[in-house]
Amino acid sequence: MLTVLLILIPLVAGLIAFGLKGAGARVLSLIASIATLAVGIGAWLQFRSQGAESLQFTAEWIPQLGSQFNVGLDGMGLMLCLLTAISFPLIFITIYTRQYEQQNSFYGLMLLSQAGLMGVFTAYDALLFYVFWELALIPVYFLCSMWGGEKRIAVTFKFFVYTFLGSLLMLVGLIYIYNQTHSFSWSVFTSLTLPQGEQSWLFWLFFVAFAIKMPVFPFHTWQPDTYEQSPTPVTMVLSGIMVKMGLFGVVRWLLPVLPQGAYMWSEVVMVLSIIGIIYASCIAMLQQDIKKLIAYSSIAHIGLMAASIFANNEESLQGLQVQMFNHGINIIGLWIIVEIIQQRLNIKNLNEMGGIATYAPRLATFLVIISLANIALPLTNGFIGEFLMFAGLFEYNVWFAAIAGLGIILSAVYTLNMIQKVIFGEANSLTSTITDLKTGETISLSIIVAIILVLGVYPKPLLELVSQTTAWLDKVI
Amino acid sequence: MNALISSALFGVFLMFVGLFVKNKQSIKYFAIAGAIIAFAANLLDLRLTETGSTTLYNMIEVSRFSVLFNAVAIGATLVYFILCGSSFAKVGEHVADYFALIFFILAGITLASSFSNLLILFLAIEIISIPQYILAGADKRNQKSNEAALKYFLMGSFSTGILLMGIALIYGASGTFNITEIGLGTGELHPLTLCGILMMAFALSFKVSAAPFHFWTPDVYDGSPTVFTAFMATVVKAGSFIAFARLFHNAFSTGALSQHWILIIAIITALTLLIGNITAVFQQSVKRMLAYSSIAQAGFMLFAIIALNATATQGIILYAAAYSVASIGIFAVLLKLEDYTLDGFNGLAKSEPLLAFVTTVFLLSLAGIPLTAGFFAKYFVLAAAVQQGGLLWLVILAVLCAAISVYYYFRVIMAMYFKPGTPQVAAVSTGFKAGLIFAVIIVVVLGVYPNILLNWL
Repeated sequence: MLTVLLILIPLVAGLIAFGLKGAGARVLSLIASIATLAVGIGAWLQFRSQGAESLQFTAEWIPQLGSQFNVGLDGMGLMLCLLTAISFPLIFITIYTRQYEQQNSFYGLMLLSQAGLMGVFTAYDALLFYVFWELALIPVYFLCSMWGGEKRIAVTFKFFVYTFLGSLLMLVGLIYIYNQTHSFSWSVFTSLTLPQGEQSWLFWLFFVAFAIKMPVFPFHTWQPDTYEQSPTPVTMVLSGIMVKMGLFGVVRWLLPVLPQGAYMWSEVVMVLSIIGIIYASCIAMLQQDIKKLIAYSSIAHIGLMAASIFANNEESLQGLQVQMFNHGINIIGLWIIVEIIQQRLNIKNLNEMGGIATYAPRLATFLVIISLANIALPLTNGFIGEFLMFAGLFEYNVWFAAIAGLGIILSAVYTLNMIQKVIFGEANSLTSTITDLKTGETISLSIIVAIILVLGVYPKPLLELVSQTTAWLDKVI
Repeated sequence: MNALISSALFGVFLMFVGLFVKNKQSIKYFAIAGAIIAFAANLLDLRLTETGSTTLYNMIEVSRFSVLFNAVAIGATLVYFILCGSSFAKVGEHVADYFALIFFILAGITLASSFSNLLILFLAIEIISIPQYILAGADKRNQKSNEAALKYFLMGSFSTGILLMGIALIYGASGTFNITEIGLGTGELHPLTLCGILMMAFALSFKVSAAPFHFWTPDVYDGSPTVFTAFMATVVKAGSFIAFARLFHNAFSTGALSQHWILIIAIITALTLLIGNITAVFQQSVKRMLAYSSIAQAGFMLFAIIALNATATQGIILYAAAYSVASIGIFAVLLKLEDYTLDGFNGLAKSEPLLAFVTTVFLLSLAGIPLTAGFFAKYFVLAAAVQQGGLLWLVILAVLCAAISVYYYFRVIMAMYFKPGTPQVAAVSTGFKAGLIFAVIIVVVLGVYPNILLNWL
């Protein structure tokens, strides 16, 4: 029942928010997102005490199709639901004092996208998964197109068509598999063993959909523009949570269902991912636009995660799941800082910044900590995940691990460069006008830094949470 | 059966109403009442289907499928009357006659969904077509309307001729008009059979505007008065599809016969999808875009004809309902606008938020986004094709085309929501808004819970 509430609270609150006037929508979304977080924590406690079965919920939906409303949470799903549940209150607190045109629609759409995301992470029925997968996309499309930058309409449309095409290909794959199983349930899907030849091409129908969402090179071309043009709260949702849909999709719906297909193509995917890491890191080093810099750094990080999925061993998958959570937290932290700088100074170009540390010391401190977490310094949350992923990659192929390791060095280069340009150096007439953090911003950034440090020192709760989710791995190998 | 009788009777009744009721706007209410009664009368036929289907004089078969399809067609017509009924008076003098003609078309559609004899098929197609020729030319002082009527009439009667020829050849090969007794395909194949099937396939492809028999469609749909295009492009098209599907599923699927025509229809489907979608991208007028989109949607419905299984049957009913309601809704909004080009939609979300919202839902449904009826409609027809086997290339082509379709449907959404402008909108009554919301509810409910319709099968 808690699982259903995770979807239902944002859905209902989102629909109500459309009808509210003035500050009502803002207050309602904050309350609803905190309520969702409470339910998420409740689900976590129940998961620890009674196990995953107690969080399953099944109801009849379309018996003609053998499709049920079947939602549940395993460690990975719960971890991503918690990430979603933590992120939305943080976003809402940060933007609490901002004014948006047509506020009610803005908050309504944000909550609907949260409902869609929760649905994706909980669905144990392939058709339901597909429905939520699309449902998460539509509100984001409207959010970006209505509140984004100058080129928003064309950019967002490209994003939409890309992802929609991907999902349609996945739909064909789902129908094809359904045709063998006559059920959409995850357990039936995973117990099916298709001939190798079929798995080989079915793999691409699914993988393209997930790869576009992640995005993996060469399907990434929508991403930097979209991140840059979207309003920053939406960018947080996109880069913090939505890209995880792609990774989640591979781990939940691709590897266990088409293990041989995944095995056959793992080297190809890994090469693509590693190209993506190096390519995106190089571009990030040359970027002068802070939003694009973070966007490309995100492609590099996702590339590493995609590679580690296909390393086909337990360490890398564990590391991946831990990193999914931590990357979400860190990148949302970075976007909050970008949002604050943009709000105060209305600049995105790194060369126009500088000297912020003098005028906004708290902001500068938070930026440094979050950036260091983003490059996986030990004692920050990013370290453990990347360490496990590299251990896994190393086991798979030393050369791949070595080349991917370059990504870490490069990420240190561009991140430190960014810190230097933003907060150190001479202040100019514009940056000297910056004011330090307001209450809401301080609260959300403090929570993020607290998570970073706690999980950096003591990652055990997170590792425990995801430790049982790779039980199907034997089948893959 | 009841649907046939009641819609024919109401057609005649409305012609008389035109003589006695002088207020043109109130005629609409007679038509709405008529549609409601026909809907109810049609459901009474479910009695006859309790123990399987009932065949009358070897001519008409009343089955659950036909009753359900009639319910969809009459229901969609009811939505059409509620949303577009008041625009009839703008076309010309003879408002009651237009309503009467639409009831006659409906009578033809009820025949199309339940024929069990090739002669009835021919009658059904003729009864559907002839009132349409008149409706296309109803705006008789407008040259484009006249052109549309003439073009439609010439091309339409030509294709009806080919249909008749096909029927004759099939009769020659099998010696019967009864679709369940034709039973070709078990023995050696006679050339007459193949010629007959091809001719009927081509004639019916013309009626459902499948490529390469679609050339009349854009001109006729664009030239006809918009209020009648709304009906011709939706309910009528679904009606022709039901005839097509019924004929090919029942008469030409015995033995190995389907092997001989599936590939041909598959190629027609591929062409229809490609031509409809790609051409729609380049349209600047929303009305013309909808004409091409109706060709594109026909491509998806053709899947239900290639796939010979129960999923296809469910799919065609769902598709008919989803497509008709959504398209009628968009046409109804279009009727309220002065400017039919995309620019005419600029800024609609600001001035008329409700109209913009409902149009968005209808467009999402046509594009096949989940939680709208259009998604399950597309799902069922594609699933039917996958189940049939050997058609995966066509399914993948279809989803690529669906992605293209997003482009032109979303252009309208972008114009409404993201572009500034002050659209010229006619006064919108509360009843009209209620009707639109009703249509949106149908679209969303079918999108969340398609069983509501399918449980009847």
